[in-house]
Amino acid sequence: MKNTPPETTPFFARDRAWHPPAFTPGYKTSVLRSPQRALISLEGTKSEITGPVFGHNILGEFDNDLIVNYAKPGEMALGERILVYGRVLDERGVGIAGALVEFWQANAGGRYRHKKETYLAPLDPNFGGFGRTITDENGGYVFKTIKPGPYPWPNGVNDWRPAHIHFSVFGHGFAQRLITQMYFEGDPMIWICPIVKTIPDENAIKGLIAALDMQNTVPHDMRAYKFDIILRGRRSTFFESRKEGN
Amino acid sequence: MVQPLTYFKESASQTAGPYVHIGCTPNFSGITGVYAEDLGSGSLVNDNTRGERITIRGFVYDGVGTPLKDALVEIWQADADGFYNSPSETRGKADPNFFGWARQPGDMATGEFAFETIKPGKVPFRDGRLMAPHVNFWIVARGINLGLNTRMYFSDEEEANAVDPILSRIEHRVRVPTLIGRREGNTVTFNIYLQGDNETIFFDI
Repeated sequence: MKNTPPETTPFFARDRAWHPPAFTPGYKTSVLRSPQRALISLEGTKSEITGPVFGHNILGEFDNDLIVNYAKPGEMALGERILVYGRVLDERGVGIAGALVEFWQANAGGRYRHKKETYLAPLDPNFGGFGRTITDENGGYVFKTIKPGPYPWPNGVNDWRPAHIHFSVFGHGFAQRLITQMYFEGDPMIWICPIVKTIPDENAIKGLIAALDMQNTVPHDMRAYKFDIILRGRRSTFFESRKEGN
Repeated sequence: MVQPLTYFKESASQTAGPYVHIGCTPNFSGITGVYAEDLGSGSLVNDNTRGERITIRGFVYDGVGTPLKDALVEIWQADADGFYNSPSETRGKADPNFFGWARQPGDMATGEFAFETIKPGKVPFRDGRLMAPHVNFWIVARGINLGLNTRMYFSDEEEANAVDPILSRIEHRVRVPTLIGRREGNTVTFNIYLQGDNETIFFDI
């Protein structure tokens, strides 16, 4: 961790036109799960600008290696071997050190290890499908996995998810909490996915597509995808204007 | 021309999906042997934690009153003296025996979530007035495109609630009770309604 004082200012207002709205009928499950009333705006108090810190002691040796973290000794998960790396930054471009990043995904055939999952593609006995890591002092992270497969899902009668990896990210404040999904460069399934299409802005979608990075492959082992994650920025503290005792 | 303002945009949110438990509470979802325990799944309280022990229980209901069985709920709260266990807490040092953050999946059969914690102290608002004791909630699930933020206040804090800077600014007073956890003994019941007449107040924080 950098030896700098913690930041205590509120976060930039969230641009809610950039995020998917709550009610997106093309994604049917959102219809009954979307609040219909206006959110009440709440400028960051201590309750929002603070957040927990996770120590490296929570991490196991293979938490960031999905190829082996569920595999039997000496075995490995099946599929295209890839390395996913990037930085967790805020909107100012500042790297966020110590951010907990959790990820989960389907196996190479598009099947999740979950009791409610019914897709006919087989489970891989050596693939659990999840991992986690904590960013370094520059906000960098990396993990190894296999490329997940696309899969059909019950929405429209012929809807398929593009290959994707789910990400859950903690920044430094509870108001930065974010869950999103990473897609893969060049996948034509991205642009016909009802969940992707909940995002109104094409540039916001492009921001979730990881780039194939042939400069960072591991030769004769795995290709690399770069995926940066941007969390809300923090306001500067030039001047405080507040009414005392009001 | 002017100088460019070089800001990035926040990564767009996507739903946590139906399998959020694989990633966030794998042991709960039956995948054992990778993580020793699910992060944030235990009690927030140990023998040395200061404060009044409470259990927060509730359901997350959809627009037709069906409890969600695939939601993930996280809480973040101050300690008994009103300090957050966070580097950004600059007023004082929080109880080292109280982490302040936890997460729980809804029960797979019923949807009920439960947190073993303590009642938080009061935390000052930006202008120095004290906010009534409250617990911050964040809710994600399949069908929720961007995590929902709300707060739970306490029914046994009527006086503090009456002068709370957040509660008192809410124009539609009829909605305020959606933010109040109902305390009976040491159990505080806080149900979250995503839609309908009792739609919970959610905040743009």
